[in-house]
Amino acid sequence: MRLTAVDLACHRGGRDVFGGVSFSVTSGEALAITGRNGAGKSSLLRTIVGLVRIASGRLTLEGGDPELTIAEQAHYLGHQDALKTSLSVGENLRFWAGFLGEKPAEIDGPLEAVGLDALIDLPAAYLSAGQRRRLSIARLLTVKRPIWLLDEPLSTLDAPAQQRLASFMRVHLTEGGIVMAATHGALGIGNAQELRLGTAEEVQA
Amino acid sequence: MSALGALLVRDMRIAVRVGGGALIGVLFFLVVVILVPFALGPDLVLLKRIGPAILWLAALLANLLALDRLFAADHEDGSLDLLLMSQAPLELVVAVKGVAHWLTTGLPLIIAAPLIGLLLNLDALADAALVATLLVGTPALTFIGLIGASIAVALRRGGLLLAVLVLPLTVPVLIFGVAAANAALTGPVTFGTPFTILCALSLASLVVGPFAAAAALRQEIE
Repeated sequence: MRLTAVDLACHRGGRDVFGGVSFSVTSGEALAITGRNGAGKSSLLRTIVGLVRIASGRLTLEGGDPELTIAEQAHYLGHQDALKTSLSVGENLRFWAGFLGEKPAEIDGPLEAVGLDALIDLPAAYLSAGQRRRLSIARLLTVKRPIWLLDEPLSTLDAPAQQRLASFMRVHLTEGGIVMAATHGALGIGNAQELRLGTAEEVQA
Repeated sequence: MSALGALLVRDMRIAVRVGGGALIGVLFFLVVVILVPFALGPDLVLLKRIGPAILWLAALLANLLALDRLFAADHEDGSLDLLLMSQAPLELVVAVKGVAHWLTTGLPLIIAAPLIGLLLNLDALADAALVATLLVGTPALTFIGLIGASIAVALRRGGLLLAVLVLPLTVPVLIFGVAAANAALTGPVTFGTPFTILCALSLASLVVGPFAAAAALRQEIE
């Protein structure tokens, strides 16, 4: 599986957010998207899942399910956690498992993995910012999708939770997945490629 | 299909929880209708004559209450992004949210309407006619409302814009809903004539509403 972008550009609100972005990620590889605030990291992720229209350039996925779009094979972890405060932790996760997955998924394992298994009946309104983030990360573990697009996944997480997320990403990569993450710091998964936005030349290491 | 079922269950669950729109809608409906006899005084003949119109107006307003949060809440917490990325067509996702809205706000109004009709001196026949018109008419209110809710999704205080956008579009539903209820009471036209047009309005909005709302959401979310 290979996700390739050639000369991708994005316009939002009458402004060029980024242009000429090219990258290529294959199964088992991670791509860290870096750049200043407003450089277009989030916009790039939203462009990949089709929430923002591609202004010019090409985005292709080889080796995926030809019946499905990129968005349907990807998990998108945005700035917001997509949780309903009036529903419990378990109800929130069960909903996304049912909505995103084909068959009923088991949620106890993922909840335990993110350390929220004891809070399964607690309304999500009472969760802290870090716990909310961990609950939305549990979504990635509950429904298997090959491409993970993470928008500053480490923000609000404490050090042990950051290490746990890094280990989830490593497992996902060894299973042949793709991880793309907009980030300001190190992801903690070793050899990630870097795509720097906002400068004249894209640095692709 | 399991995705849409999960969405229906979730939206209904949220609506009946604390802060959801279901109970507030019914209570608002009751309050508006109860206020009218106090304002008009104990003129039983007058109340009976304008009763169907009052119940229809109250249903229209109560229906609006929960509409403005229908997509805005999903937009604010990021759920809408994931709904848009879904394999299920957005038109169906929107329609399912409309169905959940109708089941939690439209249907309770219809159940409460005969009881409330007593306050307006409506007899059994008038109550039955009213319930029939509300039953086929309120889906039209919800599905026309979907369009306004999706246009106002990204705006703060979108509820005001929603009311301004949606209420004019619901005028035909109001006219034929009240006309059918009155026809059953006083004539001279038969009940069937306006009632059939009301059914047609509902069916048309069931088709047009989801497509228009989905198109608006795709534009708004960028």
